[in-house]
Amino acid sequence: MSEYSITIGTLIAIQAIVACGLNVIVGYAGQISLGHAAFFGIGAYASALLTTAGGLSFWSALPIVLGITGLIGLFLGLPSLRLREDFLAITTIGINFIVVSIFQYVPFFGGALGIGGIPRIVLFGERLRGVSFFFLTGGFLSITLLICWLFTRSWSGLACFALREDETAASSMGVSPVRFKLTAFILGTAIAGLGGALYAHSMRFISATDFGFPMSVMILSMIVLGGMGTLWGPVLGALVLGILPELFRPLTDYRMFLYAALLLLMIRFQPGGLLGENSLARRTFSRLKGGKS
Amino acid sequence: MGDPLLSLREISMHFGGLKALDKVSFDLHEGEILGLIGPNGAGKTTCFNTVSGVYRPTSGEIRFRGKRTDGLPPHRMAALGIGRTFQIVRPFPNLSVLENVIVALGLRCYGRLLSSCRPWKGRRAREDAMKILAQVGLESQARQKAGLLPLGNLRRLELARALALKPQLLLLDESFSGLRHEEIAQQEELVRKTRESGISILLIEHNMRVAMGLCDRLVVLDHGVKLAEGTPETIRNDPQVIRAYLGKGGNADAS
Repeated sequence: MSEYSITIGTLIAIQAIVACGLNVIVGYAGQISLGHAAFFGIGAYASALLTTAGGLSFWSALPIVLGITGLIGLFLGLPSLRLREDFLAITTIGINFIVVSIFQYVPFFGGALGIGGIPRIVLFGERLRGVSFFFLTGGFLSITLLICWLFTRSWSGLACFALREDETAASSMGVSPVRFKLTAFILGTAIAGLGGALYAHSMRFISATDFGFPMSVMILSMIVLGGMGTLWGPVLGALVLGILPELFRPLTDYRMFLYAALLLLMIRFQPGGLLGENSLARRTFSRLKGGKS
Repeated sequence: MGDPLLSLREISMHFGGLKALDKVSFDLHEGEILGLIGPNGAGKTTCFNTVSGVYRPTSGEIRFRGKRTDGLPPHRMAALGIGRTFQIVRPFPNLSVLENVIVALGLRCYGRLLSSCRPWKGRRAREDAMKILAQVGLESQARQKAGLLPLGNLRRLELARALALKPQLLLLDESFSGLRHEEIAQQEELVRKTRESGISILLIEHNMRVAMGLCDRLVVLDHGVKLAEGTPETIRNDPQVIRAYLGKGGNADAS
């Protein structure tokens, strides 16, 4: 494999991790968020600062990074307790813009120049780059998927599903909306933070524009495309939206147009996403399974 | 009779200038089926919502098992032992019927961090949920998505979910409305059985025949004020009640 395709693969895996995080908030708990890139950015900046100015290694910085993003996620999840649906969507967009402008205009975060010179990750005495970094990202993606899977099987996960379906009914069954919405926000944003940290050390240079609103839309598109609330949906969505621009490289100028067209087609023909309920893939799979038994 | 299971003292609930409830008081005793009736807009559902924690009453006191509960949020009321159904059914449409019931079975797990991390997809939860579904006669639909059920089955699903909470008090908000004749009979049977199993019931009902037949006592609300309270027999013959339902000079037949 060429170095180029490995870079693309690494980026797709990172975005899949971030999309898994958003899936916890939007797909499992039903809280719309259009500002997820902010947490991707917070993770990246936290890890970048801790490993450059802070002098920590990636591994000792990682728990702090997850803690910081989760904590900020908790605070920014608070609006979800008062706002519903479209109002929450607008608020989260606002959060995204605020976070980006803080990165851009506060000198501590490097301002418009961003942060450079981020060290490589060292594992078993080896500096990870290329293929080995790709495998590291793949490992983290597997861990993320495992955590998401465990979450959907836990009572907390079921409580989130219930909140997504009907908040009033869920709370009459002992599910505290405050507690479980915030749980979803903490988990989802911490996962985005993990993705951000990996991104920072893979690019080794970050700037605020990487984490703007268009990125949030793209992450949301990934889970809508793959199948909201499914385990593998975000991964598939990241894969499709990561590979398509490469295939359509001559059409770079039309990339946003293609995304929009793709999303509209999805909503028309596969509203649950590629892996969602009643999707073509699901139906074919169950038909195959039914045919065998 | 001993202390009441549930007691409302001078409950008022104002929305701006509207007095949805005005100093309403009544008691519900253990093992009782108490009916809350009244014309449309009388404040019945508002009354339910103050008891189940959806609203914090403007003034007054609610006690459940002797403990002040007014102002507690709904999920705390559920944990204290109050289950409820909704006038307009609120299933979890994308979850299966079985999962709908399992959500309620988790009541004891949601409050603690450690137990809320434990898995719910176990055999025990499934068996417990199936038992409850069998009680209400929905076991054959267990795998179906709740959103696909017809109204009659949804009403039974709501009852199943409330029963899964193992409540001491069950609030039924018009559990009979929109049902066919035979479904009403089935539902009545279910409510009676529930009471026999030791659960006290507070219900709102529009269908007078059902309310009169099922309840031990009735509380009549009109324009947020308690009009009358007593056995179905006394309520049936109360001139004030008849006036509220039929207007002045009407013929006295409320059924």
